[in-house]
Amino acid sequence: MRVVGLAGSIVGSKTKTAMSLLWEEMLKAYPDADHELLDLADYKLQFSDGRNYLEYTGDTAYVTQKLMEADILFIGTPIFQASIPGTLKNVFDLLPTQAFRDKVAGIVVTAGSAKHYLVAEQQLKPILSYMKAHIVASYVFVEEKDFLNGNVINDDVHLRLQRLAEDAFDLAEAQLSVREKREAEYDF
Amino acid sequence: MENYRIDPSKGMEFGIYTLGDHLANPHTGERISAQERVQQLVRLAQLADQAGLDFFSVGESHQPYFASQAHAVILAAIAQATEKIKIGSSSTIISTSDPVRVYENFATLDLLSGGRAEIVAGRASRVGLFELLGYDLHDYEALFEEKFDLLLQINQEEVVNWSGEFRKPLRNAQVLPRPVEGSLPIWRAVGGTPASAIKAGYAGVPMITAMLGGPASVFKRTIDAYREALTARGFDATQIPVATTGFFYAAETTQEALRDYYPHINEGMKKTNGQGFPKQLFAQAQDHRSIINVGSPQQIIEKILYQHEQFGHQRYLAQLDFGGVPFEKMERNIELIGTEILPAIKKYTKQGGTDA
Repeated sequence: MRVVGLAGSIVGSKTKTAMSLLWEEMLKAYPDADHELLDLADYKLQFSDGRNYLEYTGDTAYVTQKLMEADILFIGTPIFQASIPGTLKNVFDLLPTQAFRDKVAGIVVTAGSAKHYLVAEQQLKPILSYMKAHIVASYVFVEEKDFLNGNVINDDVHLRLQRLAEDAFDLAEAQLSVREKREAEYDF
Repeated sequence: MENYRIDPSKGMEFGIYTLGDHLANPHTGERISAQERVQQLVRLAQLADQAGLDFFSVGESHQPYFASQAHAVILAAIAQATEKIKIGSSSTIISTSDPVRVYENFATLDLLSGGRAEIVAGRASRVGLFELLGYDLHDYEALFEEKFDLLLQINQEEVVNWSGEFRKPLRNAQVLPRPVEGSLPIWRAVGGTPASAIKAGYAGVPMITAMLGGPASVFKRTIDAYREALTARGFDATQIPVATTGFFYAAETTQEALRDYYPHINEGMKKTNGQGFPKQLFAQAQDHRSIINVGSPQQIIEKILYQHEQFGHQRYLAQLDFGGVPFEKMERNIELIGTEILPAIKKYTKQGGTDA
């Protein structure tokens, strides 16, 4: 399983902190996973102009190709103006319409307030569904009061991130075995 | 239809189109040289000619894994190597070419081939060529529309007066040589959606449309929309042809055809498009409603006749060489087309009834 994480903001620290913690927890459980955590703040991506993702160059080519190669994706997003940040939406816009076919996607949300709890449900999940991802139903929502000095101080977040990693791997394995079984029936 | 050199009384036309892709054979992992690949295209056209097929076309692509950048040059070699088969592009990316030069090339091709040349003009599904050839991707739509219009005008008028945004004006310009019959059939390549087909209809030009996967009845909507647009603009939809294209592969049994061709499609799409072709969708080729013409000759005949019933199209083009198909398999396909598929298609699509 190739696992790729994406912290979808170029500003702030909470999403990156939560994603780094997810990575720690995931690697404890799956130390042999082929993994890469991308922080959008480290890359300079151009805006989507509709071309095939293989035709971008530089950082844009690097990030899109990493995402396309993944079996499991973890999308980390802050909430800006009651939605996902434009930087993350641009990543989706750069990819083909069915980019996440046969991929599993898990979600980590960080937000300043609990009022944003349903943003991922109503705005991020529809995008991932449209792009054909198998979405891990439960996501991890982390809010301002769970952080202190760059650390996540709410133990429940640690445990929920562990479960998110397990659920994503389980779903990926289940989907893979279902697909293999079906494709074996085709006999071609 | 005679403006487009098509005689419906002889039945639907059957042809082959290639994108000129240059990919490894996924069954062996080996890729032939670019030289071998372009020579292969000429031999394939020759076989198609000998088997009595109506049309052979080569696409223009400017990206890795393709060998057809100079498609007009390959077509010139094909013109020389063949006798009766009509030849053309599929497509010529008019947006990033000078229509004057394109017309000169294809009019010359028409002279060389004795009046067999056609142009299919397209917009490119990949856009790397804009940078390579010095065009701005922001002008993607405008470039196509302006240059396609100019191409049509050159085809219709011996002396051209024209001005536009993307090249210097033409003042009393003669674009020479003229084709054998004075003009060439010029088609507009259309993606799968009705929106794109409607533009071809408004322009009153023949449409050729690509169909990768899905049921014929959905693609029928595109063709219906095209003909409605033709009619709305006062053109006679019964006099302007429609061509369809898609994956094709025949073998003795359906299972063998699927097993042979799927890896070529899947691995080829991964390399050229960045994503494979879903096996589930390919498996649905076994349903007679699926547009993918892969199977036994009998099954393919039934599917193409069903598609003809739905579309009433004048030409079908098969893509049977995608993704490094070995030449002996292409030969076998042409043989099955020539001996089994083509006679049946002609027999049942001839004007004047099914038992003609």
